[in-house]
Amino acid sequence: MNEQNLTPKITADRIKTYLKQGKRFDGRGLDDFRNIEIETGVSKNAEGSVKIKLGKTEVLVGVKMSLGTPYPDSPDEGNLMVTAELLPLSSSRYENGPPKFPAIELGRVTDRIIRESKFVDFKSLCIKEGEKVWTVFVDIYSLNDDGNLFDAAAIGAVIALKNAKIPKYDEENDKVLYEESTGKGLELSKDVPISVTFHKIGDFLVVDPLREEEDISETRVTIGMSGENISSMQKGESESIDVEDMKKLINSAEEVIAKVRKKIEKHLK
Amino acid sequence: MTYKRKDGRKLDELRPISAKVGVIPNADGSAIFQSGKTIAIAAVYGPRKMHPQHQQDPTKGKLRCTYNMMSFSVTDRIRPGINRRSTEISKITEWALDPVLMLENYPNKVVDVFINIIQADAGTRCAGINAAAMALAHAGIPMKNIVTSVSAGKMDKTLVLDLDKYEDSEFKEGEGSTDIPITMTPDGKITHFQLDGKISAKQLNEIIDMAQKACKEIYEIQKKALKDSIEEKQ
Repeated sequence: MNEQNLTPKITADRIKTYLKQGKRFDGRGLDDFRNIEIETGVSKNAEGSVKIKLGKTEVLVGVKMSLGTPYPDSPDEGNLMVTAELLPLSSSRYENGPPKFPAIELGRVTDRIIRESKFVDFKSLCIKEGEKVWTVFVDIYSLNDDGNLFDAAAIGAVIALKNAKIPKYDEENDKVLYEESTGKGLELSKDVPISVTFHKIGDFLVVDPLREEEDISETRVTIGMSGENISSMQKGESESIDVEDMKKLINSAEEVIAKVRKKIEKHLK
Repeated sequence: MTYKRKDGRKLDELRPISAKVGVIPNADGSAIFQSGKTIAIAAVYGPRKMHPQHQQDPTKGKLRCTYNMMSFSVTDRIRPGINRRSTEISKITEWALDPVLMLENYPNKVVDVFINIIQADAGTRCAGINAAAMALAHAGIPMKNIVTSVSAGKMDKTLVLDLDKYEDSEFKEGEGSTDIPITMTPDGKITHFQLDGKISAKQLNEIIDMAQKACKEIYEIQKKALKDSIEEKQ
């Protein structure tokens, strides 16, 4: 990480002073998300694609499908692969090269938010038991990182999956005809998983952090919820969190996520 | 028999183009360039300190370009990350842009240009170069001129401009398709030239003239996008 890009102490102090007055750096409340803008169909060769803006944070998610073989322990189920790339285009902090830990974690956490919520009916992706299934690739690219890529990526991923259309499978030649969509979407659960990531700054818990807030965050907890249930969680960063704080954020997750759902309502139908 | 284009374009007609600068707030300069169904986005960071240090040049600043296709930008998903093709295009893009940049006053610094292809329908390197040139200008990097890129070509025996994916990779009739991406400055200095296929010297002369005319057209669009961004600010 480049020293010159880190949030200076004076900004950190200002953020903390504001929090003591119950305010955020940009005027939001502690559990308010930024404005969410969603644009679908941004890459036409993808089976489904979406560009999501969370304030100034911007993420592009694409879904591709191809033929694969099932895993031996689930011969009648399709596969899901979620990868994330933190593009050097999206921030002066990211460099070229093989994915580093933050990109790997982002992909894996998003994978679990989708997978553990049973959002995708993997059985419906089976073409021939034990031999041939659909593999669904969800690829996440950051376009502008202004904090909270976790929640932006998860929202982007589920909406891209909702928009995906299965391509035609030519059984005779064992080929996918990408130009000829079946027009059919994926079999998805009505309960759409959404995540919220809490960050602990001093004595306060905030959601949807800006880049500066993320920089001074001591620890973070990502909670993926589907319906009323929590289906995945990940605590990140090395600082510890009190049991009380953990309970507090677990108990407020549903309310925060309900607000997020409301913001993106029309895309969840 | 002359070749008729599938999408009804005239032989020297470009696909619809749209261009915009200032699309990535974090970057020092950025641009998006769309030509038909091909979409390229570019961001410039710098001049900033060159890493790794051993690549620093104490006599001048350096340009470093990275071309990358998003995995879902094509019909058959490509594995994310660099490959031999993207490595070459990154270098070609550097060579296409370097001649117009004035980086003498930035010793030990690097100007990073990151190009990502969001959607591919042939001509991605040209779209990438066009976006990159605009992003560099938008970043305020000292430049003598801008560069403009167009993919010229030959379908069987007919010269065409701005090939789409069918013309670039699926057309097989007669002599097949020849792909000639060219980049030049508005005053006619060629900074990038590639050719794959088969073409006579005479026809190649003709296509260069056609490409130069097309570049002028694209240049006006690049210029307008840059001007528009300034008017927006005021």
